[in-house]
Amino acid sequence: MSTETLTIGKALNLGLRRAMEDDAKVVLMGEDIGKLGGVFRITDGLQKDFGDARVVDTPLAEAGILGTAVGLAMRGYRPVCEIQFDGFVFPAYNQIVTQVAKIHARSKGRLPMPIVIRIPFGGGIGAVEHHSESPEAYFAHTAGLKVVAVSTPSDAYWGIQQAITHPDPIVFLEPKRRYWEKGEVDTDATPDPLFASRVLRGGDDVTVLAYGPMVKTALQAAEAAAEEGRSLEVVDLRTLSPLDLEPVYASVRRTGRCVVVHEAPTTLGLGAEIAARVTETCFHSLEAPVLRVGGYDTPYPPSKLEEEYLPDLDRVLDAVDRSLGF
Amino acid sequence: MSALSQTTEVVDPVPGADAPHLPGQPDLVQLLTPEGERVEHPEYSLDVTDDELRSLYRDLALVRRWDVEATALQRQGELGIWASLLGQEAAQVGAGRALAADDMAFPTYREHGVAWTRGVDPLHVISLFRGVDQGGWDPVATKFNLYTVVIGAQTLHATGYAMGLQRDGAESATLAFLGDGATSQGEVNEAMIWAATFSAPVVFFCQNNQYAISVPIERQSRVPLFRRAAGFGFPGVRVDGNDVLAVLAVTRAALAAARDGQGPTFIEAFTYRMGAHTTSDDPTRYRLASELEEWKLRDPIARLKAYLSRSGIADADFFTSVDAEGDQLAVRIRQGTLEMPDPAGTEIFDHVYAEQTPELARQREEFVAYHASFEGAES
Ligand SMILES: Cc1ncc(C[n+]2csc(CCOP(=O)(O)OP(=O)(O)O)c2C)c(N)n1
Repeated sequence: MSTETLTIGKALNLGLRRAMEDDAKVVLMGEDIGKLGGVFRITDGLQKDFGDARVVDTPLAEAGILGTAVGLAMRGYRPVCEIQFDGFVFPAYNQIVTQVAKIHARSKGRLPMPIVIRIPFGGGIGAVEHHSESPEAYFAHTAGLKVVAVSTPSDAYWGIQQAITHPDPIVFLEPKRRYWEKGEVDTDATPDPLFASRVLRGGDDVTVLAYGPMVKTALQAAEAAAEEGRSLEVVDLRTLSPLDLEPVYASVRRTGRCVVVHEAPTTLGLGAEIAARVTETCFHSLEAPVLRVGGYDTPYPPSKLEEEYLPDLDRVLDAVDRSLGF
Repeated sequence: MSALSQTTEVVDPVPGADAPHLPGQPDLVQLLTPEGERVEHPEYSLDVTDDELRSLYRDLALVRRWDVEATALQRQGELGIWASLLGQEAAQVGAGRALAADDMAFPTYREHGVAWTRGVDPLHVISLFRGVDQGGWDPVATKFNLYTVVIGAQTLHATGYAMGLQRDGAESATLAFLGDGATSQGEVNEAMIWAATFSAPVVFFCQNNQYAISVPIERQSRVPLFRRAAGFGFPGVRVDGNDVLAVLAVTRAALAAARDGQGPTFIEAFTYRMGAHTTSDDPTRYRLASELEEWKLRDPIARLKAYLSRSGIADADFFTSVDAEGDQLAVRIRQGTLEMPDPAGTEIFDHVYAEQTPELARQREEFVAYHASFEGAES
């Protein structure tokens, strides 16, 4: 066993490196990913070691990045596209939604689309507009795409490799404000499957679901709740499409209560889908309605207000109180 | 000759494509040399009074002063980020001063110099980078659109606005700013196609500052950018972007042609970003110090100063008074930034729609109640 302490950012970097060593068909594409190593330095040093044909600094054109990835994928390559910030995926949205997502079905499986679309997502870094968005629902709503959101260095390291070897297109969401968080990575382990949620902390009173940047917040809330004698079970969703809710159902059947947490606007967000499914499946076990804690239905605010916009530990605890109050 | 080699011949690079990105080519319009010598250009003459020359200098100097102060404020943690215009003052002031009162400007996020010429308060621009709002100025009153962060999007807005002007029979034009990197975006190409097809009164003003964050212009284009215009069917001009007089002359001419019904022009202002892309960037990773040194010799402010002094248009007193004005501006910017109030939290709900929705009104109430509950708990 070889265990290292890594940040999420460094874990991604090592995961990309390993994927490129394992398969010469893996090609990284994106803006500023070469010499600069990307604006978050996730691809740091990779161009130096693999050359500029495998780590491609592209022209400043997202539709171009995704559109050419489609063609490369048809030729047997495995493009890993970096979108610089969440808000800049939209010029490529047409390619992702109308092409990347549909070509496999349309070609009856004859044309492979093993594309990974890496997107640093979510807020909390004090940026200007379009740098803090949570567009996951758009992608999860699109048939033909798979969507995952990592929250730990270990999942980042393994998840990026699993996403790259996976045959389907994957929107790979990276919690940008957690890039610098450290954790243990066992680089020899057998990783958990990519499309599986995971119970991170056991508890009996309320099941709290989160993904990406909100996982840490949920764990902090559980910590604080424990001091008040309340025991929260925290589930890291990890995969947003397909959803893996069996462990959630099992948990809710025990606790009878469920709170879903995400940063994205609440209306029609992932939480709505999860609440519906948990209600349909666990109706007779529920002691309270499934509650959502999410962003408001407003554009992501200027940075001086983001603390008030983003769900924090208090808002999670508030929802836990409300759930227990039923 | 095989069909293949024939094709190869046809796509042979256009003249100049082998050295497409070097300055000092015959195509570069210049009215003031880097040494501050006034020169003439056969197509672009400039009629400016001595007063105007002095006020151009004043604009350049004050805009730089503002930029330096904002960079310092960011370093001290007062701004989240700052996109510096250092080195691009002449391109921006020259272009901004070419606008008539009713023309509309569509900036990116770096056009502080154009904002200045439109009378936008520097503190409004700073409030955006401080994270207080998304752009505090009135784009309707100032005819200076809000900053646009998504690369290239504004070029279509400028074209549509120009089409509106055209329909209304207004004798005005729009000036769309973009960077060299932005020329790669599909939307920018659509804007140019629209502009050409409808002969819209829009001028595309591209500041080729040589880099899109870390990516050099060679990664965006094989041909000099101004030549692209020919493919869309309108004129393209390359101007020395560090020469405020040439930029003013070329932009004035292009705007006049647009107002006159002659359709769009693409201007490539050949310049250099002296600072980092933004305060979060580390340019030492992708460019050499020697390159920076070379461009320092083409400083836009030093060359106008040399010309004004040498020709006797401005004396030492004038430069001292501009410096003093700069000091005052810097103080006003610093104080104004430090005193800038944080916005009220409820603001995020207030302008999402022209007509408020019941759901958002409910969320607003919930927000107010939630925060009120804390105040109660703390006291
Ligand atoms: C659609 C989109 N993609 C990526 C970005 C991130 N980004 C911000 S500025 C920039 C480089 C822009 O270069 P250029 O157009 O040359 O303008 P400059 O910043 O040099 O003035 C990039 C890639 C963005 N803002 N929008």
